Amino acid sequence: MATIEVDGKTIEVENGKMLIEATDAAGIYIPRFCYHEKLSIAANCRMCLVEVEKAPKPLPACATPVQDGMKVLTRSKLARQAQEGTMEFLLINHPLDCPVCDQGGECPLQDQALGYGNDDSRYHESKRVVPNPDIGPLVSTEMTRCIHCTRCVRFGEEVAGVMELGAPGRGEFTRIGTFLSHSVDSEVSGNIIDLCPVGALTSRPYRFSARSWELQNHPGISPHDCVGTNINVQTLRGVVERVLPVDNEAVNECWLADRDRFSYESVNAPGRLLAPMIREGSDWREVTWETALKHAAAGIRTVINSGSANDIGALAAPSSTLEEFYLLQKLARALGSQNVDHRLQQRDFSADAEAPLFPALEAPIAALDEVRAALLVGSNLRKEQPLLSIRLRRAATKHGAIVGAVNVMDYPQTFDLSETVTAAPASLVAALAGVARAVASAKGIDLPTEIADLGGDAALEKTAAALVEAGAEGVVLLGANAQQHPAAATLHSIAQWIAGQTGARMGVLAPANGAAAWLAGCVPHRGARGESVADGGLDAGRMLSGGRRGFILLGAEPELDAIDGAAALKAMRDADFVVQVSPWLSETVMSYADVILPMAAFTESAGTFVNCEGRIQRSTVAAKPMGESRPAWKILRVLGNFLDLDGFDQVTLDDVLAEAAPGEPEPSARLSSARYGSTTSTDGDGLARIADMPMYRGEATLRYAPALQRTADNPPPAVGLHPNTMATLSLEEGQTVAVSASGAELSLAVAADSRVPAGCFHLPAGFSESTRLGLDDLFQVRSGGEA
Amino acid sequence: MGIDFKQLYKTFSLKELRKGLGVTGRRLFNRKITVMYPEEKTPKSPRFRGLHALRRYPNGEERCIACKLCEAVCPALAITIDSEEREDGTRRTTRYDIDLFKCIYCGFCEEACPVDSIVLTDIHEFHMEKNGERLIDKQRLLEIGDQYEQQIADARRQDAPYR
Repeated sequence: MATIEVDGKTIEVENGKMLIEATDAAGIYIPRFCYHEKLSIAANCRMCLVEVEKAPKPLPACATPVQDGMKVLTRSKLARQAQEGTMEFLLINHPLDCPVCDQGGECPLQDQALGYGNDDSRYHESKRVVPNPDIGPLVSTEMTRCIHCTRCVRFGEEVAGVMELGAPGRGEFTRIGTFLSHSVDSEVSGNIIDLCPVGALTSRPYRFSARSWELQNHPGISPHDCVGTNINVQTLRGVVERVLPVDNEAVNECWLADRDRFSYESVNAPGRLLAPMIREGSDWREVTWETALKHAAAGIRTVINSGSANDIGALAAPSSTLEEFYLLQKLARALGSQNVDHRLQQRDFSADAEAPLFPALEAPIAALDEVRAALLVGSNLRKEQPLLSIRLRRAATKHGAIVGAVNVMDYPQTFDLSETVTAAPASLVAALAGVARAVASAKGIDLPTEIADLGGDAALEKTAAALVEAGAEGVVLLGANAQQHPAAATLHSIAQWIAGQTGARMGVLAPANGAAAWLAGCVPHRGARGESVADGGLDAGRMLSGGRRGFILLGAEPELDAIDGAAALKAMRDADFVVQVSPWLSETVMSYADVILPMAAFTESAGTFVNCEGRIQRSTVAAKPMGESRPAWKILRVLGNFLDLDGFDQVTLDDVLAEAAPGEPEPSARLSSARYGSTTSTDGDGLARIADMPMYRGEATLRYAPALQRTADNPPPAVGLHPNTMATLSLEEGQTVAVSASGAELSLAVAADSRVPAGCFHLPAGFSESTRLGLDDLFQVRSGGEA
Repeated sequence: MGIDFKQLYKTFSLKELRKGLGVTGRRLFNRKITVMYPEEKTPKSPRFRGLHALRRYPNGEERCIACKLCEAVCPALAITIDSEEREDGTRRTTRYDIDLFKCIYCGFCEEACPVDSIVLTDIHEFHMEKNGERLIDKQRLLEIGDQYEQQIADARRQDAPYR
């Protein structure tokens, strides 16, 4: 510890800390632009100059380590002169366009010019003007305003892991820009908007729509991933204008994924459903709530009376809230049907009975910063859980963690993977068994026969050794591809064996608010809090494979939400009666639904979210539901009344939460006993399909957000083939090909994609095109066909 | 209680009355200062704060850049603005409403405006006949500005040395 004196105040600081960290902790403010606590120290803005006793010149507080006995003056004449001089230089080339600048009102440069600058400018020469590069649909640029603090450059380099912005040139000729590519495509690129201390980088969807001082703040939780990101939803006169991060060191630090930041656009997008609608023949009619609910209740009763309650299936979008999940499962079960599920992206449900209480990460999210070894199983971590990827990147780059990956595609991550195994879906199990083999040999133990029988050559030896060595500081993460895999239970079991033998912690990274769905009982085999229920419930996979005559859809558009869109669409079309509760009106849904009830979007309804570490967080209402729409929990509750069911008398959301009572769930990702049953085998001629869920397609909320849909992470669907496979089939990039198997055929453009392994093609789910092909066949790909 | 002879003299000699009538008599032949409104009007200060207007640049481009400073400074919350990015990439209002019943004609909006767009003209003779006319929108404000631009500009020019 060092004792320093700042402005006469004595402060105790840890040795090695920078002066600015000490003053920040003590509540003494020193002006700054380039310093940011999450980024490296650049000391290039010179705004934090302070006077240090015995130092001949003012020193930058952000780059001066504390020394015992140091005496610092932050507001002395010398310090003030230095700060004023710096400010004058910064303002030389800064345009005076605050009235049209989106940063105006929340601009550190504005504030500090007022607090530390001179009241007049001595500069009368002409200012420089810098052209604005177009860096994508999310961030707009006004580079003349840039003061070259390089926070955005350092963010890309250090946090996001992709250095898309750089600062070429020197002095007057320095330019911040994309020197490598043309746009900034990182999945966390929106953070540079928050980091930019001036209005050089601002939010494109928010551009010119409001001023910071007139916005009202509403704390919320982002529903899009298992992190439970804390957000601040800002509204102007009841309209959501933008979303900002709320600092929470344990969860999202100060970052937001672009998905969390820009998904609000869908709330204001055209296509919102504003009044309840019922089908009359082939026409749709807007009706009152009472008529619609009566119609829905009557339709559900008709299905049950002409068959059994088991003919009803209830499906929830994984991004629903805990209360919504709870009421949906309660409704289905009160009707006598156990068919309730949210796992539209899962295909293997054989380990349901053994599954943990909820899909969890056994370590706190913050602990991912310090893991020493990690194994990614079927996970494109960076696109699935961007904020966890930031944490793991920190472990890999700062602490030298060894990270290995077993994937169906060679997904690039934002950090260097030590080793990767890319296996076709059919051989993914064997590949993971190979990792288990490497772990067994690193530990000098025998591989259990169940795993040994799965084949696979020892792989990822370095990662295996690192996991063994790291013990509890290792982590095994099961990603979306592992959960979507037809042998998910086997993959989970092998991963669990690896984690068990190495002492590593385990994580199952479920999509969206999946953890809350499990805790609320929105799974066919368990009730709320994991309580046992009557057998016979059908999981999402079996519900969508046909046979259900009635469906209740909560926020879901199954043909796009489900990994097997083709089956989902068929199941919906075959059903006699479909009730959809959704904020948006989709033409496809209108083709099969019978009643569509308008539901409040995620910013318009309060609710509880559970993240992967079991943290229970509540979001608040930010805006009034649009049109006639109502919060989904109220819709489900009243639908329960219209169906004459008991137990639907909750008055407030708290009543529902008290009934669901998630408690304080203990995160565990382990199956109660391993299941090596499910395997995959594909023999025959043709290419296997790799269907993953693109990051901006998995939820209706994202699909209706225009800016996200225009990003590079959301390319139009194409048949992705490895260049070698393309050469073998003599196909050219961009050429239209026909993909066919068992009667289904689809014509689409070919895209060269070196991530795809041999013997496979990549066609993502979540697009209307992909609902035309199944998942399990082997497909013939030939040139021709009409797009 | 004695008798105040001074007071009695004042009362019975009608001194006060004659003094008053004297003033009347003297003024009777002076020039009249009565203004026959509305045929006649008193001169107004160039700083007079009357009906609002939105001005344009000489090339016809509207001045307002939707910075919303007038909305923020308005003590009566009489101004409502919505903004957007116009097709040419500039920041513009899509709505600029002033509630004339809320407005207290303090002139802060004009003070706050960085581009001299919102101004208070010297028009004070305006009335409303129908419900809802108290809200004047962007279109109307620009029309007022177009119509009285000469007068607005003159008033600003006269006041300029003192600002």
